Amino acid sequence: MKQKIGRWIIPAIGGLAFVYLLVPIAYIFVFSFNDAGRTNLEWRGFTLDNWQNPCGAPAVCESLVNSLQVGVVATIVSTALGTCIAIGLVRYKFRFRKLTDVLIILPLATPEVVLGASLLAQFLNLGWELGYTTIVIAHIVFCMSFVIVTVRARVSSLDPRLEEAAADLYSTPRAAFWKITFPLLVPGIVAAALLSFAMSFDDFIITNFNSGTFQTFPKFIYVAATRGIPAQANVIGSAMFIVALLVVIAGQVMAYRRRKRLAQG
Amino acid sequence: MSKMMMTKKGKIADLRSAEEIKAERRKGRTGVYLVVPGMLVLFLFFALPVIVLLSMSLYARPEGAEIGEFVPALEFGNYVTVLSAYWSELVRSFGFALIATVLALLIGYPMAYLVAVRLRQHGLLQGILLVLLIAPFFSSFILRTQAWKQILADEGWVAQTLKLIAVLPVDGHLTATPFAVVAGLTYNFLPFMVLPIYANLGRLDTRLLEASGDLYASPMTSFFKVTLPLSAPGVFAGTLLTFIPAAGDYVNAALLGNNRNTTMIGQVIDSRFFKVIDYPGAAALSFVLMLSILILVTLYIRRFGTKELM
Repeated sequence: MKQKIGRWIIPAIGGLAFVYLLVPIAYIFVFSFNDAGRTNLEWRGFTLDNWQNPCGAPAVCESLVNSLQVGVVATIVSTALGTCIAIGLVRYKFRFRKLTDVLIILPLATPEVVLGASLLAQFLNLGWELGYTTIVIAHIVFCMSFVIVTVRARVSSLDPRLEEAAADLYSTPRAAFWKITFPLLVPGIVAAALLSFAMSFDDFIITNFNSGTFQTFPKFIYVAATRGIPAQANVIGSAMFIVALLVVIAGQVMAYRRRKRLAQG
Repeated sequence: MSKMMMTKKGKIADLRSAEEIKAERRKGRTGVYLVVPGMLVLFLFFALPVIVLLSMSLYARPEGAEIGEFVPALEFGNYVTVLSAYWSELVRSFGFALIATVLALLIGYPMAYLVAVRLRQHGLLQGILLVLLIAPFFSSFILRTQAWKQILADEGWVAQTLKLIAVLPVDGHLTATPFAVVAGLTYNFLPFMVLPIYANLGRLDTRLLEASGDLYASPMTSFFKVTLPLSAPGVFAGTLLTFIPAAGDYVNAALLGNNRNTTMIGQVIDSRFFKVIDYPGAAALSFVLMLSILILVTLYIRRFGTKELM
């Protein structure tokens, strides 16, 4: 009897936890079909209008486009800079190694309010106007540490003998890097880029400190929350979730194929 | 060095292990070119701003100055002022974050265990649940928090049902309570707890559990003596990834709390910056928050830390 309870208790708690995780997402999805009018607080009937006209509510799509622009630029820059640092730190000799490690880890141990506040203090001091540029800089900074940690783990798990083998086969270091090392790093770099984009796109606190009047999607929802969020925001939230599902599924399928290929090859 | 064999051209024959090769890092300019641009960004827009924040926290407001006008000074009294005014918010933030972290661990560990160990033989179901675990990262967290607010609202069926079965008093609320804020924090940072534990349990060799079973350990004993210690690095990383953002968060407190007994330190920092225009006070509080988290995290790493984390 006791054994049986033990067998079922973990799936039971785990299953309930998944329900807990997904309830709000289901709620957002269902209410994206609500014939809501101005405030999307109670169910008023099914409609497809919101999905057919996702830009119907003022400022929804504008803020979405802003968020996408910030996210793409911040992701590209932070992934490029972070990957270079990760490779450099694992493969090359340095003085000040302790110091660089601290500078990389510390942003991860700093809460967003403090990152946001310190950057704001810096921008106020420099007299920069808050807006697109300051948000992009802020996002690059907080994404970069995540990129470095993710890619560095990948670089240090590579077998260095592969590059040595390439060198033995008369490959230049440059060719060995681009033909051997880099392709092996790609999955880690892609994961880091996706993580960066997700964090940038969803960030509210740091953005709120450094954006001035520039509107991003999370900012738009936060401000709208006091008056009632338009159903179009639910459409965009649901669509994002579906796109994310597809991306993650594609990633899983690719990883599975890769494993299979490696197992065969 | 003994394992190296010099060949005619002085090239090193490959008798060393991967670890030995790795330990020997290259010298050269390329490394500098790779590292300097990014580190410069981190220095200019992380390290320097923290120093600016620190100096701003010591600014003074001259007599009769306009709002938002401050002069550089060494006004350590700022710290005394904000700490005495907002001590309870600071303590509450850490309390809420601690409870949320413990709850996330209690909920998240079975989730990770279910996906990583129990479903190991069921590839498809495991894949589906893993996808569901990662996907919330990509859907707006403010939208989800707001959804909770509406689900738990006084008119909503959850609150009504709880009132019907007398779990909740008739005039009680679910939202605008400390309970709602802690639940929101737990919810929002749950994936940060689950994923590192999942990554660790994914590598768990289940034959060890069979072995401990063969040695007459009960499943409970096996769990506490084998599984849990082996997944400790994941638990360690997960608790840090949950606690640190939860302590500084103010979205949950703002959306799910009230303004009396749920105010967190993040809200105070935000309003001192933007509503009260008290830059030195906000900076001092930010610095106190950062320093207390660093101290707590350092103590935690000293006590439970593993090398694998870095």
